[in-house]
Amino acid sequence: MKSNEPRGGKIIFFSFLVAFALATLPLPEWARPFRPEWVALTLAYWCIALPSRVNVGIGWMAGLAVDVLEGSLLGQHALAYAVFAYACIRVHRQLRVYPLWQQSLSVFVLVILEQMLVFWINGVVGRTLPTLLYWAPSLTSALVWPWVFMTLRDVRRRFAVS
Amino acid sequence: MVMMTLDHRSNYLEQVRAALATVLYPVQALVHLPFSASSWLGENLASREALIAENTRLRSQNLVLRGQLQKLISLELENMRLRKLLDSSQRVGERVLIAELVAVDLDPFTRQVLINKGSLHEVHQGQPVLDAEGVFGQVIHVAPLNSTVLLISDLSHALPVQVARNGLRAIAEGTGDDTRLQLRHIPINADIREGDLLITSGLGGVFPPGYPVAEVALVQPDNTQAYATVVATPLAHLNRAREVLLVWPDDPQAGLPAPPTGDTP
Repeated sequence: MKSNEPRGGKIIFFSFLVAFALATLPLPEWARPFRPEWVALTLAYWCIALPSRVNVGIGWMAGLAVDVLEGSLLGQHALAYAVFAYACIRVHRQLRVYPLWQQSLSVFVLVILEQMLVFWINGVVGRTLPTLLYWAPSLTSALVWPWVFMTLRDVRRRFAVS
Repeated sequence: MVMMTLDHRSNYLEQVRAALATVLYPVQALVHLPFSASSWLGENLASREALIAENTRLRSQNLVLRGQLQKLISLELENMRLRKLLDSSQRVGERVLIAELVAVDLDPFTRQVLINKGSLHEVHQGQPVLDAEGVFGQVIHVAPLNSTVLLISDLSHALPVQVARNGLRAIAEGTGDDTRLQLRHIPINADIREGDLLITSGLGGVFPPGYPVAEVALVQPDNTQAYATVVATPLAHLNRAREVLLVWPDDPQAGLPAPPTGDTP
């Protein structure tokens, strides 16, 4: 009875706030292109763990917040994250049973998908990107995924978010 | 999709963006906190000798600057008098406000920074931003407490300039690299040399005329092309500045948003 009630919304919200902070934390110039997509990873975790609570709508809102924080075109990340959340929810049953390294590979592909959408939109509005380094975040995101997954899983169990 | 098109093509969504930016400002302030705290600590824990030394240095610098200012004031008065004689409409007095950069990273592939002054301080879109050495950028998004500045080195930024020596006009485009601006469409026989100072020409209507922008670093006339390759180095410390100056050029232009009423900073 009690386990079916949604609870821990504040924790989910707070985890997104932490992700926003990590996404804007100043890094040295050489490290900036390698910043993992923290918000996308957080979104992916909640989509896999609680697809009934964190869905495309939450992804869209998180993306909108990223647009405002990063000063990109309003709606650009919103669209990308909405599609990203949809893809995560589509495969969440498989992802749940994968071992961590295989999850990382899947996250790599999913983040590339998300980056490609942002890249296309940039291309449509005429903002060309100079280097291949643009794609680095998908690699670093896949590398940090196991830690994000374990941390958020512990948080979810500790605060019994359901 | 509709949202992106609207944002790209027009200004309807600026208020939405401003509202969201206000909601998210605490996150950015939190990220900035360790940096402001460390600089505060640095200032408060500085030794007495260091403070005395700095004080002496600033005092002598102040003296020199005031000496120069006296000359400047007389020159400015003379300039205004002569302009009045010529019936020219250029104004000299401009209002400025110091803003501090907020230590947050934005999109790594655009050159943008966040500053801690917003529409509550009467900042408006398109406002010129300078630092101590030269032109820094212009305001592109305004929220009540903060605003986003596009640097002159951004790929999408172009700035009308002229050579201070002979008044040759050109457009300085950003390259995405903080140490390079590119001057487009300079004929190969144009009178431009390495070391020339570029100043704003005021033609775009955004930047007031006469502010230093960059120094020409490389001129490469290529006889097979119609235009020479000209590269300039921005004078402003685009990647190191911590404080910038917001300028109100002070001429009533059509199309500017009305200043906010009812809320005094």
